[in-house]
Amino acid sequence: MRSARFSRGLSDYQIKMTFIMPTMILLILMNIFPLLWSLYLSFHRYKASMPNRPARFIGVQNYARLLTDPEIWGYFQTTAYFVVLAVITQFIIGFGLALLLNREFRYKGFVTTLILLPMMLSPVVVGLFWRFIFASDTSGLVNYFLSPLLGQPIGWTTDPKVAMLAIVIVDTWMWSPFMMLIALAGLSAVPKYLYEAADVDRASRWFKFRWITLPLVSPLLLIALLFRTMDAFKMFDIVYVLTREGGPGTATETVSMNLYKLAFRNYNTGKACAMAYLLLIIIVALSNIYVKYLNKVRGEA
Amino acid sequence: MKKLACYFVMLTLFVLIIATPPTDAQEKLTVAWAQWDPANYLTELSKDFTAETGIDVDVVQISWSHFQDQVFTAFVGKSDRYDIVIGDSQWLGRNSVGGHYIELTDWIKENIDVDSIYATAMEAFAEYPKGSGKYWALPAEVDANGFLYRTDLFEAAGEKEAFKEKYGYELAPPETYRELRDIAEFFTRPPDLYGVAPWYSKEYDGITMGFQQVMWSFGGSYGDAETYKVNGYINSEDVVKALEYYKSLKAFAPPDAPNYYWAETLDAYKAGKVAMAMDYFAFFPGAVNPDQNPNYYDKTGFFISPKGPKGHAISIGGQGMSISAYSKNQETAKRYMKWFMQKPVQEKWAQLGGFTPHKEVLQSEVFLTATPFNRAFAASFPYLRDFWAVPEYAELLEACQTGWNQVVIGSKSAKEALDGIARKHEAIFEDAGYYD
Repeated sequence: MRSARFSRGLSDYQIKMTFIMPTMILLILMNIFPLLWSLYLSFHRYKASMPNRPARFIGVQNYARLLTDPEIWGYFQTTAYFVVLAVITQFIIGFGLALLLNREFRYKGFVTTLILLPMMLSPVVVGLFWRFIFASDTSGLVNYFLSPLLGQPIGWTTDPKVAMLAIVIVDTWMWSPFMMLIALAGLSAVPKYLYEAADVDRASRWFKFRWITLPLVSPLLLIALLFRTMDAFKMFDIVYVLTREGGPGTATETVSMNLYKLAFRNYNTGKACAMAYLLLIIIVALSNIYVKYLNKVRGEA
Repeated sequence: MKKLACYFVMLTLFVLIIATPPTDAQEKLTVAWAQWDPANYLTELSKDFTAETGIDVDVVQISWSHFQDQVFTAFVGKSDRYDIVIGDSQWLGRNSVGGHYIELTDWIKENIDVDSIYATAMEAFAEYPKGSGKYWALPAEVDANGFLYRTDLFEAAGEKEAFKEKYGYELAPPETYRELRDIAEFFTRPPDLYGVAPWYSKEYDGITMGFQQVMWSFGGSYGDAETYKVNGYINSEDVVKALEYYKSLKAFAPPDAPNYYWAETLDAYKAGKVAMAMDYFAFFPGAVNPDQNPNYYDKTGFFISPKGPKGHAISIGGQGMSISAYSKNQETAKRYMKWFMQKPVQEKWAQLGGFTPHKEVLQSEVFLTATPFNRAFAASFPYLRDFWAVPEYAELLEACQTGWNQVVIGSKSAKEALDGIARKHEAIFEDAGYYD
């Protein structure tokens, strides 16, 4: 009887559950549980390196200590400075490149692929070879060309006033193509007849850009900005490799870099969890601002 | 239905095949160590152990940048991947208190001739807490911070004459930090040649290992090892002077010196950029190897870290051999360690290039003449000192690394940075309950 029923097949509900369950189990194990467990740990004094010392509940002490620590605020400021500088530069360059590429010309596909290459590299590899390019003596490619003009080499990774610029340049080199790609997708979706109609009305280039291109592309640009902001806020790899763990001093020490040290060098697990939650809250808040603005732009469009 | 049953049987068989670990009759020990020449020497040496016992020894070499992270992650996950870990001396506190290393006190008393090993090495690499007589490791590779120098520059008649005229004494490998500074200044001829390459890097323990020996030699200290009081020690006038001195060497170092640790100073030396370079003795084979240093391999001399106005202390390097608490082969690991500490094995270890902690072997003529730098290494031994080895060492180290690097790059004054480090260290000790 059972086998006959089995051979007849599963009900719709059972089939649905069979397909959903593996994903659900994975999500619960890999995402939901760690999220809740780290929230629990953020209210405890706990070091993962000391498994023989049980976690001790200390309320919001980890959060309070983080929020009243001027050094932590310094890392947040460094991160914010990097995010603003890097994302704006990438936006301008990426959108500019997209406008240039949004026309037909010979070897367009090849040129587009070349521009996209940096985005496909591993950030650690990028950090390593820019370390050589930015070497602070004349053995570095940039200083080899610049020092005869400036009279002395620039301390790209050794001067605290310049190091952040080096990080922004590398991140921009790597991620402007992403901005370009999204903007290009938006630009190619703008209907041609709108431009033709504007041409009939003898509209200026600026008018066409301001009132046709920009409004139609801006929802996609906002999505690109959202992704890049979230990603830049988590900047770790390039800082770890290029400026050797956020140096010189603390000039490029981002929140993620400090979080890594807190979690995996010092094994201050409770405090690291609290810091990760603060970072999460900030990223969620920033994303919400973008999403609200995105909805507004969509509504207007 | 038959078809379904057939699929089920096939699937079960497939899962069983991939889930069954391959049977390996050969007993095997896995040793975790950093990726460097001594690990190659150990691989070579361990072949004798395999020949004697039939037990395979796999020395897993982990790149320096990931060494600590990879080992600690394995410990946190209670992984049995490594049977023996050859770890930094600073790790002792964390890994013994955290239960990651097994205690070896009784076993060492019964199986190892402790008197044959230098007490400095036992204290630095094996004992925690210091002075307690509790052992968690055996010294494997004892290393020290030393210097290489260009003999062609130091021995050139013109250079010697010009130096004596300027400074009033003979040009020779420096014995004091004042002499080191003079010589560094003398050879600074940018952009092609600079006087010295010290460690200034913020990475891991770079600047700390370079500066702490200057601090001790100028009369300073990290704090009181009994009470863990720091204020008044690490920010004393002596340490301020030491840090200002150490920073002053930057004027005679290549422009990228703030990023220098052991790899970068050796590279700068091999590229002919500097007259003197700081490095661990264990990396000196690269300087005398014609393939790795074709221009200066035969123009290289070595000297021990100089003494300061108030003493002589040298940063200890190297690692101790411990047994993982999660290893399933602890008895085999003990057997290997006992074999490793035997005098004939230590002799071969030294012949291969390892820095032995064995008193007799270290002072034997065979060891002293085995390489051009072994004599300087042996001379460094009485002066070796170490950083805090408490479980909180990583946090203490982080405060020093950042603070001292900030002074070198000019972001903070020496006094300001040292007061900050003192505050942080006391907060870390207080938090960990050392003042209760």
